[in-house]
Amino acid sequence: MKEYKIYIGLEVHVELSTQSKLFCGCKTKFGAAPNTQTCPVCLGLPGVLPVINRKAVEYTIITALALNSRINKNCRFARKNYYYPDLPKNYQISQYEEPLASGGWVEIKANGKTKKIGIERIHLEEDAGKLIHGEIKEDKDFSFVDYNRAGIPLMEIVSRPEINSPEEAYEYLVNLRQIVRYLGVSDCNMEEGSLRCDANISLGEENRMGTKTELKNMNSFKEIREGLRAEIKRQYELLSRGEKVIQETRVWDPKKKKTFSMRGKEEAHDYRYFPEPDLPPLFIDKSWVERLKAIIPELPQERFNRFIHQYGLPEYDAGVLTESKDIADYFEECVKFFPKPKMVSNWVMGDFMRLVKKEDMTKIKISPASTADLLSEVEKGTLSTTMAKEVMEEMFKTGKGASQIIEERGLKQISDEESLDKVADEVVKENPKAVKDWQKGKSQAIKFLVGQLMRKTKGKANPQLANKLIEKKLKNLSG
Amino acid sequence: MNIIPELPANKIIKLLKRKEISVEEIVLAQFKRIDEVEDKVKAFISLNKEEAINEAKMWDKKIHEDKKIPPLCGIPIAIKDNICVKNEKTTCGSRILENFSPPYSATVIDKVKNAGCIIIGKTNMDEFAMGSSTENSSFYVTRNPWNPETIPGGSSGGSAASVASGEVTLALGSDTGGSIRQPAALCGIVGMKPTYGRVSRYGLVAFASSLDQIGPLTKDVTDCALLLQVISGKDNKDSTSIDRPVPKYLEYLIPDLQGIKVGLPKEYFVTGIEKEVKESVLQAAKVLEDLGAKVEETSLPHTEYAVATYYLIATAEASSNLARYDGVKYGYRTKEKTNMIDMYKKTRKEGFGDEVKRRIMLGTYVLSKGYYENYYGKALRVRTLIKRDFEKAFEKFDVLLTPTSPTVAFKIGEKIDDPLKMYLSDIFTISANLAGIPGISIPCGFGQNNLPVGLQILGRPFEEETILRVAYAYEQSTEWRKRKPEI
Repeated sequence: MKEYKIYIGLEVHVELSTQSKLFCGCKTKFGAAPNTQTCPVCLGLPGVLPVINRKAVEYTIITALALNSRINKNCRFARKNYYYPDLPKNYQISQYEEPLASGGWVEIKANGKTKKIGIERIHLEEDAGKLIHGEIKEDKDFSFVDYNRAGIPLMEIVSRPEINSPEEAYEYLVNLRQIVRYLGVSDCNMEEGSLRCDANISLGEENRMGTKTELKNMNSFKEIREGLRAEIKRQYELLSRGEKVIQETRVWDPKKKKTFSMRGKEEAHDYRYFPEPDLPPLFIDKSWVERLKAIIPELPQERFNRFIHQYGLPEYDAGVLTESKDIADYFEECVKFFPKPKMVSNWVMGDFMRLVKKEDMTKIKISPASTADLLSEVEKGTLSTTMAKEVMEEMFKTGKGASQIIEERGLKQISDEESLDKVADEVVKENPKAVKDWQKGKSQAIKFLVGQLMRKTKGKANPQLANKLIEKKLKNLSG
Repeated sequence: MNIIPELPANKIIKLLKRKEISVEEIVLAQFKRIDEVEDKVKAFISLNKEEAINEAKMWDKKIHEDKKIPPLCGIPIAIKDNICVKNEKTTCGSRILENFSPPYSATVIDKVKNAGCIIIGKTNMDEFAMGSSTENSSFYVTRNPWNPETIPGGSSGGSAASVASGEVTLALGSDTGGSIRQPAALCGIVGMKPTYGRVSRYGLVAFASSLDQIGPLTKDVTDCALLLQVISGKDNKDSTSIDRPVPKYLEYLIPDLQGIKVGLPKEYFVTGIEKEVKESVLQAAKVLEDLGAKVEETSLPHTEYAVATYYLIATAEASSNLARYDGVKYGYRTKEKTNMIDMYKKTRKEGFGDEVKRRIMLGTYVLSKGYYENYYGKALRVRTLIKRDFEKAFEKFDVLLTPTSPTVAFKIGEKIDDPLKMYLSDIFTISANLAGIPGISIPCGFGQNNLPVGLQILGRPFEEETILRVAYAYEQSTEWRKRKPEI
């Protein structure tokens, strides 16, 4: 059986999280009532003109810098002409021959090794609106259009066809999304459409690509991986039978788990690109780029390395903590107040992240300082680990400080030997069977007795002390 | 009051300042004139009488209270119907926008209103400014006030005819390939296309974005300077408008041309030019010499490619600019439709006229895969050569002198079936749009059938003041402006 080399190139569209649209002042908030975030410019009314949003250009430059791309000093906008009702002007202002940035790469791990996936270009364009097809009886013959999304800035990142498996594609997307989120230029939320991805796939030989197909309609990273697998399988079967792959655009059907032809090469659009005459060429001077370079935050890979070296964390911890910038920031803030990195790491990775999962990080009520307080209570022995979890949950809910909750709920650990001694006496008296078991050599019995003691103290007893006291009592009884 | 329709704005302002007349009287006098002649001229698509009178009363009140009044207070103005006026019909002379009223005004509209102008109405034009005779209007043909059998020129034919006939004092037009200068020439008035970027295009319905420019049509050069002053300047809503100081144009209007170097490009005195037109322009050159200018022949060697270059670039941009008229959002939508594509096709088929369709098809073709390089790409390169011709000429000359149009006004219907012949009407005006330079047309005589001849003066980018100075000196030493058409 013949072996083929897989070539995959990805086109990723990222909606930038600017406050206003690319060419007008309209808001970009997701989920507003249809057509409430529109104006003559983004509706493409006659006579209006686009004015470029500086922030969107900056976000794209920042991303390009983070992806090691070359910023083109002179870039231009171009019109991409095609008719569709969601496109108000029936052309999209995009970039063609002179994109904002060229080259660069995203690092991924492939077969345990680091691999650079090359980037072809990064450019800026405007998003289209959304069609809503009539569903109820009276509307069935109509489609409705919502132009709220029309004109929202989209950054398109086109990879070179250097991705050689669906798994690598998945890894590329995860890493790319992580970088973009770190930069704070997009939330990359696929469900809200702020990240979209099309793929080009071909099977070829070493150094020679085969005929490619373009694959659309994949709505999550998992679907992208699945879609690629299905398309590769389809192409492989065609080639194995001696048939040819036809150059075409195909759609992924997530229900049928197959790809289907959407349009062939003959029906492919001729977009008639030409330079946008309403916008002069964009000149990006060096000092602007330098200023932006200075505000790029530390990127995930660098931060991962630093966490290992600076805090002596295991790779696993560093990986989990740096996955999201917010978590990594939180961790570092906590360490400032409570300089025991591994203990902080355990807490953040464990209970904190479990609780955070359901919440937006920006709405978290528990400050790094109060997490640090909680941890120092644990360390001092005032609070048991079990109790600490409970306290943390309460802190999450109410935003109250650790010590306040401990005080209010009387959760302070009992480390007072005299009072615990009395309780230990009671426990031993009330459980003669367990005592006998212990005397017969069943060492497990001691755990049961300590458990009883904890129950009586509502979990507040210092566990080490409880253990010590029970053991003493048992030895005294036998001795 | 009967003299108001004959007066330029600079004279009316004096009467107003001396309180010899009220704004309401000015406006009423204009509407009286419109009532008398509009049936014969047909310059307007819509009139704005009620609001114009209300505004006139408002200004009169301010004048009465001795409040500070703006420079063009109370001056009636007509607006070409491709310039958006908030909540007023803006048809572009097209069926497809017959009932379209924009929810915003063009920047120039805000500016003329702030300067005190009173909008009288919107003027007829070739559909989407595509044409040289105003015969391509979807509504009706505008007549030349000098002879109702002839065209007023185009595409700003309505604006030119409204000023020439005395229906209005000032008008705004748009010039993509000569659409202000050519009708000004044919109607015997002054018309200027400013430098590309001098006047905001925001609110001008685009024909060819890299060529379009709004400009004044007036009775004399002084009015042209006054109106240009008001509409010029950087606009944050138009990224192609340029941030350069606007000179005080009136200060340059002196009847003396000492030190001015004038070039006569030889390519503008050969092909298809009427004898009387040529003679009038050469005679004008002599007048300039008498006023102290130095006149010499020069050459713009790429002139012969201008028309071809223009019709590739302008149509390419138009094909894209006019794509938005699809029946989905506003404007005309076909009644008979079976599906979306069908709706697009029928809407555009029924909504656009022949010339617009011709240009959309041509523009679509030249941008298509496989043709782009040979047509559009090449046109862009030739455009650069034409621009360089001018740069070189302006190293030596302050202004260039040419005829505005090779002929005087021609008969209605004469060229309508021969687009190529019609396209040659703009042969002398097109290059200025390709190069982005300013140009003016002023009356310089009368040719065949006693119809007006226009003199074109072209200048360096952003040096409208030099053009105005030459035009003013010439105008003041001749009597052409004093002749009025009899309607």
